[in-house]
Amino acid sequence: MTITNNTLLAAIERQFPGVVQSHGESYGMLTLETTREQIIDVLRFMQESPELEVNFLTSLCGMHFPADAGRELGVVYHLHSFRHNLRFRIKVFFPSDDPYCPTATVLWPAANWMERQEYDFFGIQFTGHPDLRRILNVDDLDVFPMRKEYRLEDGTRTDKDDRFFGRKGHEGREFD
Amino acid sequence: MQVQSYFSSLDNLDGELATLNLGPTHPATHGVFQNVLKMDGERIHSAEPTIGYIHRAFEKIAEHRPFYQITPLTDRMNYCSSPINNMGWHMTVEKLINCEIPKRAQYMRVIVMELARIADHLVCDTVIGVDTGALTGFTYMFQEREKIYEMFEEVCGSRLTTNIGRIGGMERDFTPAFYTKLRDFLKGFPARFEEFNSMLERNRIFMDRCIGAGPITAERALAYGFTGPNLRAAGVDYDVRVMTPYSSYEDFEFDIPVGENGDTYDRFVVRQEEIRQSLRIIHQALDNLPAGAYHADVPDYYLPDKPDVYTKMEALIYHFKVVMGEVPVPKGEVYHCVEGGNGELGFYLVSDGGRQPYRLHFRRPCFIFYQAYPEMVKGAMLSDAILTMSSMNVIAGELDA
Repeated sequence: MTITNNTLLAAIERQFPGVVQSHGESYGMLTLETTREQIIDVLRFMQESPELEVNFLTSLCGMHFPADAGRELGVVYHLHSFRHNLRFRIKVFFPSDDPYCPTATVLWPAANWMERQEYDFFGIQFTGHPDLRRILNVDDLDVFPMRKEYRLEDGTRTDKDDRFFGRKGHEGREFD
Repeated sequence: MQVQSYFSSLDNLDGELATLNLGPTHPATHGVFQNVLKMDGERIHSAEPTIGYIHRAFEKIAEHRPFYQITPLTDRMNYCSSPINNMGWHMTVEKLINCEIPKRAQYMRVIVMELARIADHLVCDTVIGVDTGALTGFTYMFQEREKIYEMFEEVCGSRLTTNIGRIGGMERDFTPAFYTKLRDFLKGFPARFEEFNSMLERNRIFMDRCIGAGPITAERALAYGFTGPNLRAAGVDYDVRVMTPYSSYEDFEFDIPVGENGDTYDRFVVRQEEIRQSLRIIHQALDNLPAGAYHADVPDYYLPDKPDVYTKMEALIYHFKVVMGEVPVPKGEVYHCVEGGNGELGFYLVSDGGRQPYRLHFRRPCFIFYQAYPEMVKGAMLSDAILTMSSMNVIAGELDA
């Protein structure tokens, strides 16, 4: 039996009524949204269900929408069922002053470094993670740099330098 | 060969544990990353990888660049096969803007990507040779890799960090010199490659070193998110080119080699066979290369011809808009993945309609499978751990992004 986006959605809704807060298809990929309270149960159900066999965690990444009050931070899981060759994504959102999300390391050891990276970037606290430390940035960094409030310093940008438009240089020097 | 349960209790400990810093600039790590090893004599009791030494914040920078300026960032992830990264990114944007690419451009991409895969696998397999003590094969095959780089130079002007192709297709058509070089390569390479292969594949010393070194089961490999040759060496025939064909891969006939034990030897053999399969694909793509345009007609994203920019008003306007990133982009989110040199290289692009991505996440295969390394080398000899690392083909640029 082949599983399609619709049967997958139906199977989840049958198992967990009301757990899917919204869904849609983006460029052919089923996209669900649920809550952080339910996410691990949903993932475990899909992993263990013999008809779905969602056995592969493709990626896990954080999101930051500072304008979306109460759901500023999010985690997006990309999953893949090799058996049915079906990919889909599940999202959860939560407030940035309560940045907790349960860890997926209980289901896939692959989630370990993925979650460490998103903790490093966004400050998402994955509860239950065995070793939640920064991974790419230095340990004593005191910000979570992928959050939108941190602008990129761009000291090397010269393409809008006045001198290139035949005007006086930005330090008042004549361009020669 | 290696005893997984060697350290199940500390009773086996002979003397005391020593701490050994392997890296960050150790020649045998082939990249900038560190492993703090707890050693019992020559056996590894535990390993603690530290990464991030060349983290360049690509995901952050990508949020501040128009799409075409992100291509050079992707170069610098797996720099052993930059064209695959470049084209994976281009295809992601093309998926977002619903842009259909002419067949010719797709075949051209396939040729370039398979050349890149050969170059990538050559580095990995010859380095396995080096780490077992056979330097000659490395220097010998690097002459062939050089020829691939010369072909890249012919297509795009660069060799290592290629920035090859454009959103919408290729930047220019293949030149006659490229065809000459490619045909020479296809004629000369197989014999030299098989010679290299015969040096190692059934070599007693090489086999003794590699068989059983750093094994992983298919189950653990899947749980750790392995993809690419490392997963196939463990016996799972997952290849993005077949599962989710892109760029017309469904037109070509090729086999997916799989191993059994997921050890260093299987990883070596799988990569060797993939090189042969890549050659098959290149032959087919070259023989059936369709005529037609080498890029799609998407003036909003694809730069106009330079002579037109100097002489035609419309071309000048489009040139300006593309370069300054003044082009409206559809809102939406898209995930696209390609079979990179190391496995599934994915791009998750979230667009809010602005000139830059709102969020761009790279699924970097190295980063995901390297976390299995401590488990794979626990209880192994130090020299096997070195070999395991080189056979996993961990590329620091991709690891750290």
